[in-house]
Amino acid sequence: MFLINCPYCGERDQSEFTAGGEAHIVRPKQPTELSDDQWAEFLFMRKNIKGIQFERWSHAHGCRKWFNMVRDTSNDKIHAVYKMGEKPPIK
Amino acid sequence: MSKDLRITNNKFIDQTTRISFKFDGKTLYGFKGDTLASALLANNIHLVGRSFKYHRPRGIMACGSEEPNAIVQVGSDASMTEPNTRVTEIELYEGLEATSQNCWPSVNFDIGAINNFFSPLIPAAFYYKTFMWPANFWKLYEYFIRKSAGLGKSPTKPDKDIYDHRYLHCDVLVVGGGISGIMAAKTAAKNNLNTVLIDDKINLGGTTLFQQNECFKINNTYSNEWLKKEIESLNSLKNLTIKTRTSLAAYHSYNYLLARENLTDHLDINEKKDKVRQRLWKIRAKKVIISTGAMERPLIFNNNDRPGIMLSSSIKKYIDYYGVKCGQKISLFTNNDSAYETAISLNNSGVNVNSVIDIRDKTNSIIVKQAEELGIKIHWKSSIVNTNGYKKINSIEIMKLTDDGAAVVGEKIKEQCDCLGISGGWTPRVHLFTQSGGKLKFRDEDNVFLPDKSELDQISIGSCNGDFELDDVIKNSVTLTNKFLNVDNNDYENLEIISSKETTKKNIWLLPSDKLLSKAKQFLDFQNDSTANDIKLALREGFKSIEHVKRYTTTGMATDQGKLSNMHALGIIAETAGVKMGELGTTTFRPPYTPLTFGAIVGRNVGEFFDITRKTPIHDWHVENKAEFENVGQWKRAWYYPKKNESMHDAVQRESKAARDSAGMLDASTLGKIDIQGTDASEFLNRVYTNAWSKLEIGKCRYGLMLNEDGMVYDDGVTTRLGENHYIMTTTTGGAANVLSKLEDYLQTEWPELDVYLTSVTDQFATISICGPNSKKILTKVIPDLDLSDKEFPHMSFKNASINNIKCRVMRISFTGEHSYEINIQSSFGKSVWEKCFEAGKEFNITPYGTETMHLLRAEKGFIITGQDTDGTMTPVDLQMDWIISKKKYDFIGKRSLYRSDTIRDDRKQLVGLITEDPKEVLEEGAQIVSEINKKPVEMLGHVTSSYFSPNLNKSIALAVVKNGKNLKGHKMFVPMKNKTINVTITDSVFLDKDNKRLNA
Ligand SMILES: [Zn+2]
Repeated sequence: MFLINCPYCGERDQSEFTAGGEAHIVRPKQPTELSDDQWAEFLFMRKNIKGIQFERWSHAHGCRKWFNMVRDTSNDKIHAVYKMGEKPPIK
Repeated sequence: MSKDLRITNNKFIDQTTRISFKFDGKTLYGFKGDTLASALLANNIHLVGRSFKYHRPRGIMACGSEEPNAIVQVGSDASMTEPNTRVTEIELYEGLEATSQNCWPSVNFDIGAINNFFSPLIPAAFYYKTFMWPANFWKLYEYFIRKSAGLGKSPTKPDKDIYDHRYLHCDVLVVGGGISGIMAAKTAAKNNLNTVLIDDKINLGGTTLFQQNECFKINNTYSNEWLKKEIESLNSLKNLTIKTRTSLAAYHSYNYLLARENLTDHLDINEKKDKVRQRLWKIRAKKVIISTGAMERPLIFNNNDRPGIMLSSSIKKYIDYYGVKCGQKISLFTNNDSAYETAISLNNSGVNVNSVIDIRDKTNSIIVKQAEELGIKIHWKSSIVNTNGYKKINSIEIMKLTDDGAAVVGEKIKEQCDCLGISGGWTPRVHLFTQSGGKLKFRDEDNVFLPDKSELDQISIGSCNGDFELDDVIKNSVTLTNKFLNVDNNDYENLEIISSKETTKKNIWLLPSDKLLSKAKQFLDFQNDSTANDIKLALREGFKSIEHVKRYTTTGMATDQGKLSNMHALGIIAETAGVKMGELGTTTFRPPYTPLTFGAIVGRNVGEFFDITRKTPIHDWHVENKAEFENVGQWKRAWYYPKKNESMHDAVQRESKAARDSAGMLDASTLGKIDIQGTDASEFLNRVYTNAWSKLEIGKCRYGLMLNEDGMVYDDGVTTRLGENHYIMTTTTGGAANVLSKLEDYLQTEWPELDVYLTSVTDQFATISICGPNSKKILTKVIPDLDLSDKEFPHMSFKNASINNIKCRVMRISFTGEHSYEINIQSSFGKSVWEKCFEAGKEFNITPYGTETMHLLRAEKGFIITGQDTDGTMTPVDLQMDWIISKKKYDFIGKRSLYRSDTIRDDRKQLVGLITEDPKEVLEEGAQIVSEINKKPVEMLGHVTSSYFSPNLNKSIALAVVKNGKNLKGHKMFVPMKNKTINVTITDSVFLDKDNKRLNA
């Protein structure tokens, strides 16, 4: 059970949060310009890696804010949390 | 109670308080402080169960949670009885009733024991191999297997006990209150760290608590006396919380731990009532110190499972702690020094020790010398090759080992005994460490897995970290604790410690016998009856991974999770396969460390607290008017209102007809309501709905369809423009929470530039829907000053109004196709306004209707219910709702997906209507639709999504999704059912009032 440091509320139990998949996938501004393949790339393709992963989380039972997290999926270590729109503090 | 099995000078048991209990129906006596195990042993009862497969007699073997054999059923009450309970962990209380498990008709005479004579026919995986084929026969086999195997009975009635959950936060959690845990907890608490020390036993102290031996001294006093003072000194520490009878069940990441505290299990039966039985602590610790000690290993030799064969250290605890002699003539069998401590304790208590059989060459450690000085006989370099005695051991057979330990030689010596203590060395309890994700390393020297790397802020100290000698335990625990806590505690700096040191180590996983391996019975997993032979068979059959061998032989898979057997299984596999043990890896230890009751897991979340029940503000009226309820998510919704002796069908037919003939009313309060405000509210709606919103006038309503980004219909509902920058959106009942989350997600992540605010107001409003040709007349009576003319208040518009000076919102919208209104008013007035409407409608026979009628009425009009007629694979085009997709808008959620190659296929499943050839035949929802019935395999073209008998059309109607259905109108299809085939025709999905004339009737 993670202890997640919500950028707005501080440390809270994982049960207050929901995960929202891979982070930094921006919805295309002009979807109509895209080919089926390009659109499918945005729509369906997600990484599922062992190691450092960038993820979206929401403090659903708290401030209801979405934020990003850098998590090592091999040991569940959370390396950083940061607000939406901010650059990841780790590459 | 046999007096001569009790010694009288005992510090831990209150021999003045006698306790009566029942075992297998017989009344017996013990003392306060006894466990059921110590009380049974004091009554000379060793045989308490039968083994799982061969039904061999089995006795008490250990003194703690690792006990594999002595598991019993406690209590006989249908709601409180508990199976698979270890006698070694049950504290004796007045009124305790326990019965043996896995034996029928009784533990002393067991029919299943015949399996023992057939045991060559029951090798590893016998049950899997024999009963897997033919599969139909399993029903037959199962009955017999279950009857003879039966590991206890589950309670048949709800548990009456109370259980609790609590949270606990601390700086330091110390798990295990033995000598190292006590020192660590004291160090932490003295350094201003908020510390919690837990131990599963009644009192702190571990095994040092009763270690009174010349070979183990601290500052010139016995180790137990020194520790007693340390324990006493804990009382003055303000920062320290001690929880005994509390066992750690699970250790998760981020130092989140679950511990179960037993609060009443030890109390007399009449004292338990109305008290919390067990409390589950949810602990978040900044730092964790694991000091869970080690457990003694058995030795694996021929017939090592007879009652009376026990772990040597357990025999020591029974004599030194409980004052119980496990026998009168005890032999000990060992590969290490610790059995000599047992021998000396027994000798000091006047128990006759026959001899110690030691597989090692003669050693000269202090403790061995002391045993020799006491006159205890030692068979060096020897092994036990056989034991005798059916229900209790009565003799052992000893032979010399060869130099390589692979065989036995020479003369066979027979020795009479009534108890045999065995010690195969020590296994550090690393279970919690590995549960927390820690990686182990292997120490070859004494064949132990030890904590190595961990990502968490934790350490292991004492014997669970591989220190087995008293001086090592103390010195290393102090150093590690100081470093871990970054403190400098010098309380333990200049201790003078005397500790006997082991000088020789030797280990043989599978001890040789004079019998052939296949004829010998060397038990590894006592509860599941797997032998060394079974492991070897599995390896011969090609199993290589430890996890596979484990499952194939069932080694380590019983209720004790193989606490005693795992290391030997690994050892034998490594030896047979010729690999190093450290390279083989170990099995995964999964939580809970010891079984948890379901009661402790669910705590107070039982009965009505199991899940939230949401009730509308009008709920009580529905109850008073005898509604039947339907669960919709967490909501209780009125389903239908049966009159006396009315069936559901009849009630729904009556309600549906009344709603169209005159008037009906529905509690629609459960619909999700989201208040949307902000200067960009219109733009926001443009982006989330498929249709256009910018031009919607203030005071007008519009139906909207929301898609997922993949183009599939997600939710629908009517949204009303209340002001320039103010809308109220309705969602489906089930979709409300998800829709809000989805909208927030887009606002926060994709469109943060939009000035939009979302608030859920579902619970703030009660919604009353009045429909039917007389709805206008009724509403006029309820709100006389509201102009209801079609010109002033047309379909799809909204008015502010008030009822008895209470403001409300009235929408003229319809989900039934009838002329209808929706009143939205503050929740607290919901019931009184509902009653007012009902009163006003009486002269028009207004009929309250439930969700079933609502579903029927909308189906007559072909309106979809998302989640019933859609399933996440339907686009608006599939639903034949092309009209709702704006051609002008550049983008909205899901737009691009509507012309992906897959979504523009012609032969997608599309929503259509179905009419049955026999108008009385009502289709089953979910039934498959085919175009041919004689072809095999037949192609499934679609299925029925909604189906009703319409009283207004006097025929059966259905909605369905059918491949290419759009182009198949008028075609005949078949719905094959179990006993018949139903002929149907594909039609338009609107069955009633295609011109929408009733809306303005
Ligand atoms: Zn937050």
